[in-house]
Amino acid sequence: MKINGEKIAKGILTLVAFSALASLLLIAVFIFKEGFPFMLKVGIGDFLFSSTWNPQVGQFGIYAMIVASLYVTFGAMLIGVPLGIAGAIFINEFLPRALMRIIKPTIELLAGIPSVVFGFLGVMVLAPFIREHLGGPGLSVLAASVILGVMVLPTVISISSDAIGAVPKSYREGALALGATRWQSVHMVTVKAARSGIIASVILAMGRALGETMAVIMVAGNTVKIPHAVTDPVRTLTANIALEMSNATGMAREALFATGVVLFVVIMILNGIALSVIKGRGGMK
Amino acid sequence: MRRNFLKTCSACAAAGIVLVAGCGKPRESITMAGSTAFQPFAEKLADQYMNTHPAVSITIQGGGSALGIQSALSGTAQIGMADLVTLPKEADAMKRVVVARDGIAVVLNPANGITGLTLEQIRGLFSGTVKNWKEVGGADHAVAVISRESGSGTRTSFEQIIGGVTLTANALIQDSNGTIRETVANDAYAIGYLSHGLINEKIKPVTVDGFSCTEKDIMAGSYKLVRPVYLVYRDGVSPACQAFLDYLLSAEAQELLYTNGLIKAK
Repeated sequence: MKINGEKIAKGILTLVAFSALASLLLIAVFIFKEGFPFMLKVGIGDFLFSSTWNPQVGQFGIYAMIVASLYVTFGAMLIGVPLGIAGAIFINEFLPRALMRIIKPTIELLAGIPSVVFGFLGVMVLAPFIREHLGGPGLSVLAASVILGVMVLPTVISISSDAIGAVPKSYREGALALGATRWQSVHMVTVKAARSGIIASVILAMGRALGETMAVIMVAGNTVKIPHAVTDPVRTLTANIALEMSNATGMAREALFATGVVLFVVIMILNGIALSVIKGRGGMK
Repeated sequence: MRRNFLKTCSACAAAGIVLVAGCGKPRESITMAGSTAFQPFAEKLADQYMNTHPAVSITIQGGGSALGIQSALSGTAQIGMADLVTLPKEADAMKRVVVARDGIAVVLNPANGITGLTLEQIRGLFSGTVKNWKEVGGADHAVAVISRESGSGTRTSFEQIIGGVTLTANALIQDSNGTIRETVANDAYAIGYLSHGLINEKIKPVTVDGFSCTEKDIMAGSYKLVRPVYLVYRDGVSPACQAFLDYLLSAEAQELLYTNGLIKAK
């Protein structure tokens, strides 16, 4: 009886695990089925490397959006990663345990704030600030990067700080015993030992920044144009899909699925890199 | 990735529950889909109608004018709503009726000194040939053009009425009438366009060729930026559906539309 129950539980759990995999597969197959024929029809080169997007008259070029997605993501990393890693180091190495127990959950709470709230802050506070002090329309690469940079902070901080926390105490003690100052032991020993976890946190954050949609639609301005300054507005791949989905039919709809294919591939590549980095470095905790 | 995946799963589950719960109602049900601009008005009218006709259940869905026509064609909705100046060819196979008319207001930030523009100037501003407000008699500052996304009924109608506009590549794109309003309200040098029912004190509609976006000028036909709201449906709709269509065109419903900011069909 007992063994039977266990078998049933195992069966159910296996089924659940595979159904998760199956839906991932279904999503992938569906997106490719809808989008890939379109890419072949328009020409992969034209689709990927032309930046005229005018679906109503049959111009489908997403180059400007690919560039925009990369710029915005890179900008977010530029802001979020140094802050995040510094925060993680500070929390683990310099903060008293008691304070850490309060601050860490608070930072993780940041991850629970809906993206539309970040977007709203961006529209109401950040964009007018940029417009007044730096010029341009305010809704821009810079605004999107700052908002996304803040949004990825919890990801970077919590994963990096887990990795740093997992570094054996003996490493630090060894460094200190050899006469290293506290800072030297942190950046020469602890951070180096936690490197794989920190890199993983950065790549996960990158995936999140690349995939974020709502906040970006609200603050990026959505202009289909290759930006020449950080104050120029841009449209990212995700924003393009969300913006035009409701009105798109026929070719325009297929073009959005094809945009999804490109996004899917980029995110898969990033995740692949993340996995191989974690594996190659002997894994984090 | 995992987070997104979980979201997708829960969304699917929720959709499933809704589908299951929606089945097996004995009541006569009518689905209307299409224009997001007309959607709130349609909801109000549907609520009103269901109050007096408890045997009918009406579902209003947005999705945009193009989707409205598609749904009416395919039968997923009995009635499609489309606020386009000219309906696409697919709609020729269906019956159509104008339920209301909607003015498209060209709006500026209240801080902008300009109160009126000509069609020619509007064409220049939106196609990007006029880049600075001083070219049309305003302050010496770059113009920030705000538009809807491509495929939007409001944008399609606007571009058709203005004529010969290829929207400047520098335009900011917002995905609803409401966000257009917010963006224009926040930027002193912005210009945008939106449904006339959504004008409020935070933005300033301008006169076009000397006529204002008001009921009087629209009814007189002198304000040019007006689009009809079409209802499209296939031949041989159910009697309940026909009754609802008749209601939408009745004096009572038209009055309700009018008090909520739309222009009557006739």
